[in-house]
Amino acid sequence: MRHYQAVIIGGGSAGLSAAVTLKENGIEDILVLEKDAEAGGILQQCIHNGFGLQTFKEQLSGPAYAERFIRKAEELNVSVLCGTMVTGLNDRREVTYVNPEEGYVTVSADVVILAVGCYERSRGAVEIPGERPAGIYTAGQAQRYLNIDGYLTGKNVFILGSGDIGLIMARRMTLEGAKVYGVAELMPYSNGLPRNIKQCLEDFGIPLYLSHTVTHVYGKDRLERIEVSKVGKDLKPIPGTEMYFDVDTLLLSVGLIPENHLADEAGILMDVRTKGPVVDDNYMTSVPGIFACGNGLHVHDLVDFVTLEAARSALGAVRWLKGTQTADKVYKASAGQGVSYVVPGRINASCDHRVDFFFRVRQNFETAQITMKSGDKVLRTLKKKKLMPSVMEQLPLTEKMLGELEGDITIEVTEA
Amino acid sequence: MEEKELICVNCPMGCRVRVQLEGNTVISVTGNQCPRGKKYAEQESICPMRILTSTVTVENGQHRVLPVITSAEIPLSMMEDAMKEIRKVSVRAPITMDQVIIHDLLGTGADVIASRSMAER
Repeated sequence: MRHYQAVIIGGGSAGLSAAVTLKENGIEDILVLEKDAEAGGILQQCIHNGFGLQTFKEQLSGPAYAERFIRKAEELNVSVLCGTMVTGLNDRREVTYVNPEEGYVTVSADVVILAVGCYERSRGAVEIPGERPAGIYTAGQAQRYLNIDGYLTGKNVFILGSGDIGLIMARRMTLEGAKVYGVAELMPYSNGLPRNIKQCLEDFGIPLYLSHTVTHVYGKDRLERIEVSKVGKDLKPIPGTEMYFDVDTLLLSVGLIPENHLADEAGILMDVRTKGPVVDDNYMTSVPGIFACGNGLHVHDLVDFVTLEAARSALGAVRWLKGTQTADKVYKASAGQGVSYVVPGRINASCDHRVDFFFRVRQNFETAQITMKSGDKVLRTLKKKKLMPSVMEQLPLTEKMLGELEGDITIEVTEA
Repeated sequence: MEEKELICVNCPMGCRVRVQLEGNTVISVTGNQCPRGKKYAEQESICPMRILTSTVTVENGQHRVLPVITSAEIPLSMMEDAMKEIRKVSVRAPITMDQVIIHDLLGTGADVIASRSMAER
C-alpha cells in the first residue's frame, strides 16, 4: 500500500489551501484527491465577484480566486488527482479511492485532512407537497448548469429560501433573460448577506417574501405553478394567505449541510449542531491524525475564512506530525445562550497557540453583548453591533487567556 | 431635500448608510463605517455602478462557456444592453485569465475580461 505523509480529500478552496500550507511547512509527500474533472471546487461555478477581499484585498470572481490557488499548488508541485472519488476512510487513516486510470486503490497516510465541502438541502429535506414534475432544482445545481455547462434551466422562476446562492441565481437568471417572480423565506429575516439582498434582488426589483414558504407544486411533466403561503410565528402556513405563481422553475436555496459520510465511516465524533466533525484547537477530529476544515466542517459564508481555516488545520497537522501535541486534559468549547455553534469544540489544556473561535448567533441582535467564559470565570466581554445568523463571527482565545482557563469554555450572546 | 437609506454593497458588513440629497447633490452621508461606504453612497445616489459577471460561448474549450467579468464597474442602468453585447460573443480556447474578451464595453471604459483560464479540449 502506497504511504503518504498527507492525503487531502477534496481539491476545492479548503483542500488547496491546506495543501499549499503543508508544502510551505516542509510536508513534501502529499496527495490531493478531487472528484471533479478539475480542482477549485464550488468556486468554479460561482462566477460572481466578491471573493478574496480579506485574502487578496481585491474583489475576485470565484474562478479567479480558485485559479490563484491552483497556480500556487502547481508551483509547489502538489499532486492533485482529479476525476477521483474517495469511497472509503477508516480510523487507521487508510483512504480508498477510484478513478478511470488506476481503478480501485487504497493508500495510507500519516495525516488525512477532510476538505470535503458541503451539499445542498433538497426538496425531500424540506418536504414540499405536490406532484413530481421536472423544473425543481437546488440553486447550486441550476448554477452549475448555467455557469459551467451553459444551460438556462427555465424562463419563469421562483426561488424558495433566501440563502446567498439563491439570491445570486435570482440576479444571474434575470440577466440571462428569465423572469424571477420572487424569493420566499420561511424566517422573518433573510438568510443571505445584506449586500446580496441589495444587489441581487433590489437592483432588479425582485420581491422578497419574508415569513412565506412554498406550500404546493403543480405540473404533470414540467412544473407549471406553485402555491406560496404566509407562515405564522410557529412557521406553519396560514390558511387563506395562498398566492399562485405560474412558473416553470423552482430553485431551492434552503441550506447547506457538511458532507460527512466519510467522517461517519471512520467513526469520527460529529457535532449535532454543525453536522460536521468535532475538532480541537489543531482542527484534529476525535480520530488521531484525521483533520477537518472548510465547509465539510461547518458551513462558511466567505471563502476567505475557508482558506484561513484550512491553513490553520494544515498547521495543526504539522504540529501533530512533529509530536508537539500531547494527549492531555481537554476543555470543551460550546455554544451558550444566543449562539448556535462554536468551532473548534475542544481545546487541549497544553495548547500553546492562539485559537480563533468561529461562531454563529441564533437570531438577529441590534447591539450584542458577547461573553466568553471558562467555567464560571469571564475571560472577556465585548459589544458588537448588528449580529445576524447569516454572518459568521470570530472571537480569539489569546495565549494569555489560555493560561487563565479554569474549565469548559462557553460563548454566549445577549442583547446589550 | 430628499433622504435615502442605502445598504453598502462593498463588503459583507452591509452597512446601512443614510444620504441627504438636494437634487443631484449629496449634502451628507451618515452610518458608513469606512471611507468606501461614503464613496459608495455618493455614487449610489447619483448613478449606481456595479461589476457585471456573465459567461460567453467558448469553442473547443474544456467547458461550453467561459466566465467573464467587467474590469471596472459599469452603470447599473446599462446591464441589459451590456448583456446583449456579451451574448453576441464567442471565443476559442485556449484562453488565459484576464484576457480581454470585449474592449471598452459600450463606451464605459471597462473591458470584459476572462475570469479564468481555459485549456483546449
